[in-house]
Amino acid sequence: MSDDSKKSQSGAQSGAQSEAQSEAHKPEPSYLTAQRGLMSWVVTIDHKRIGLMYLTATLFFFLIAGLLAITLRTELFTGQQDFMSAATYNKVFTLHGAIMVFLFIIPSVPAAMGNFVLPLMLGAKDVAFPKLNLLSFYIYCIAAVMLILTLVLGSLDTGWTFYTPYSKTTGTAVIMATMGAFVAGFSSILTGINFVVTTHKMRAPGMTWNRMPLMVWALYATALIQVMATPVLAITLFLLVIERTLSIGIFDPAMGGDPVLYQHFFWFYSHPAVYIMILPGFGIISELITVHSRKHIFGYRAIAMSSVAIAVISFVVWGHHMFVSGQSELAGIVFSFLTFVVAVPTAIKVFSWVATLYGGSIRYTTPMWYALVFLWTFTIGGLTGVYLGTLSIDVHLHDTYFVVAHFHYVMVGGTVVAFLGGLFHWWPKMFGRMYNETLGRISALLVFIGFNTTFMTQFFLGHQGMPRRYYAYLPEYEAMHQVSTIGSWILAVGLFLVLFTLIHAIKYGERASSNPWNAVSLEWHTASPPIEHNFHTTPTVTGSPYDFPEIDKTGKH
Amino acid sequence: MIATFIPPEKLGTPKMSDTPWELLPTASNHAASLDGLYVFLTIICGISFVLVIGAMVYFMVKYKKRSDNDKTSPLTHNGKLEFGWSAVPAVFLMLFFVWGELDFVKLSAPPADAIDIRVTGQKWYWTIEYPGRPVAATTAALDGEVAPLLIVPLNQPVRLLMTSKDVIHSFYIPAFRVKKDVVPGRYASVWFTAIQEGTFPVFCTEYCGDEHSSMLAIVKVVPPDQYEEAVRAATTLEQGEGETVEQFGEKVYKSFACNSCHNTDSTIKVGPGFGGVFGKTETFTDGASVVVDENYIRESIYTPNAKVVAGFTPQMPSFAGQINDEQMNALIAYIKSLE
Repeated sequence: MSDDSKKSQSGAQSGAQSEAQSEAHKPEPSYLTAQRGLMSWVVTIDHKRIGLMYLTATLFFFLIAGLLAITLRTELFTGQQDFMSAATYNKVFTLHGAIMVFLFIIPSVPAAMGNFVLPLMLGAKDVAFPKLNLLSFYIYCIAAVMLILTLVLGSLDTGWTFYTPYSKTTGTAVIMATMGAFVAGFSSILTGINFVVTTHKMRAPGMTWNRMPLMVWALYATALIQVMATPVLAITLFLLVIERTLSIGIFDPAMGGDPVLYQHFFWFYSHPAVYIMILPGFGIISELITVHSRKHIFGYRAIAMSSVAIAVISFVVWGHHMFVSGQSELAGIVFSFLTFVVAVPTAIKVFSWVATLYGGSIRYTTPMWYALVFLWTFTIGGLTGVYLGTLSIDVHLHDTYFVVAHFHYVMVGGTVVAFLGGLFHWWPKMFGRMYNETLGRISALLVFIGFNTTFMTQFFLGHQGMPRRYYAYLPEYEAMHQVSTIGSWILAVGLFLVLFTLIHAIKYGERASSNPWNAVSLEWHTASPPIEHNFHTTPTVTGSPYDFPEIDKTGKH
Repeated sequence: MIATFIPPEKLGTPKMSDTPWELLPTASNHAASLDGLYVFLTIICGISFVLVIGAMVYFMVKYKKRSDNDKTSPLTHNGKLEFGWSAVPAVFLMLFFVWGELDFVKLSAPPADAIDIRVTGQKWYWTIEYPGRPVAATTAALDGEVAPLLIVPLNQPVRLLMTSKDVIHSFYIPAFRVKKDVVPGRYASVWFTAIQEGTFPVFCTEYCGDEHSSMLAIVKVVPPDQYEEAVRAATTLEQGEGETVEQFGEKVYKSFACNSCHNTDSTIKVGPGFGGVFGKTETFTDGASVVVDENYIRESIYTPNAKVVAGFTPQMPSFAGQINDEQMNALIAYIKSLE
């Protein structure tokens, strides 16, 4: 890396500087206005438009699942049953989880944001298979409809994990829901294939693997997991459906099956899936911290390689979800060990991001605030993961609120916060408009306060023994539940402010320049919003994507 | 509002701790070492957090943008530093792993002289059976609620041999720091030695359906010399002096957790309500119908899925071998009395 940095001049990531000038002479419509009419969206093969359609759909489901979460938290305000029956509560938490996981988090960063930025960052005109890209969006839509249909079909109360034999005995909507997740998986696989090929084959001339933005590395590692892990979920859910419809004993002990086998299959996908959810968030944070502190990323190679290491190791830690499930003790010990191994590359990333701030010139923009919130919340999420990886401690904490708090710190405090930061960061590129910086910063503050109030208390609840998925609980837990519920309302206000700020920007925001953050990576070297084919001429890359003009090369630092 | 088997607020166990900062009671042999590791982890993680976030805040203040002419450091990596911050956490992680692993192995190996107690999970209650006792142990909780009761002698190792009749449950005693999934079709076991007298709550921690939250039980630690007597008292379900047969029937109804699925009025819960059911004509899923009488009720309890009332699913477990003739008579009398 250092060789590259030395050789390169400022702005060396692209030869598109001249292009920005030439643009003034021959204006070309942006991708948003190049074609008009509903059909131009419905059958578009433009990755940017597909990205926006994904973004709209995922944000819609984020809203739905978020409202469900607020409903749950409000029911939990007191220890007794308030306004939901037990059965309703169970359906609501199931839908909250299933929608958040399958329809929001998994597609949010890779399919929505990744679709938009990946080809731009690579200097490509589009993804490798544009039609496949559109197909994967429509498959996602079919999956979404199937999951929503479960509401009509008597709804679903298994939890998003569909554990057998419960999922075998409960209402028939399980078949529709698992098939929905099955179909969603194919959307995920197709996006993964597309991104792997795009990254391999469509990098701009001069963009060696070591000159790719870390966001690309993260999306690439994610895509590998999507392609390799998702088929296992597909076959697992398919076996579940076969068992229910044809009464073939696979997981149900009443028919000679093994319910713990289901958990092995399920987590073989779902643990790597955790990294499908968080790795792209890591990518976003690497971009935000460097651009807004005007510093070259610290430890580029370590961060890139740790993404790949995490992707590989994530395939062999699934058993840490099952320490008390009745899997063999020896297996538990091996999985615990491997879990600690995966903690190391994750720690390296956090340290590298903090070290990147050293010697920078930090701009406190909204994306930067979100990145800093991420460092706080993700560090807590990561450290509490160490508790859960420790065998004896997990026996006590498993299936309590400690686990709920931990994975919300990682999934919300990690992925969602990174996603929000990324939205503010790339919003000017997507729509050519700046958002209101004050509102953006207030939203980051509200999200920070609301999130920590909601979930910090849940670590204490969990350690005090409060089990998860309870709609009513012992009186001694009430005080902490109330703090948590109030936090969730603050968080909701913060998120609605995000929504308002972003939509307000599209309509009333100031026009954004092609490169409002003075970033170096290629997506900033085309117009905002980009033209339909991204670049007038294929850009060439001569250096690192983090080689900012402010970096002092005189050796005084 | 639908009544549940045990509304959690009526479990009646004393609070386990006064503040969220406190550790739970160290009521079993496993608890102290686990708490030690928990505190150790908290200290190390706390220090790591302060270091990481402290550095972040320090840099945030120190390297705030001053002017447009700011120059930034050209630093891109530092091999020694990176090796250091990979190796040091790795050492601590291995320490956590080994400590956790040693305690986990201990948790998995019951001593040979442990007393065996049978635990059966089903939607949504626990049946706790002692060797040689005919009836499952229960106790009165607050407001006439009946809770399953696990009695264990102080300072004597106990092994719970657990299985489930329907879906996966999980038996969790927070005060003892033990938890194990209770899986249908196999035995799961967990062991502990109680070292503190008192009563503590037991939770189900694997989601098992509607009344998962009410699948509670009580564990009571008694001095060894009172153990036999306490077990006998908890496992006796007979008509008491001066008790009418209907009153005894109600006790049976609660002790076997009939109320977790059947209401005492005619409203539907998981199964049909009992109010006014006697003498009513019920139609079954196969279209046949019958007038509810003593024989039908007896059949429905011993072979519940032989005739399933239309509109319901066959999910009730059989109580054959659990409810004896006197209890059955009382239960039928009680159902007859409900309107």
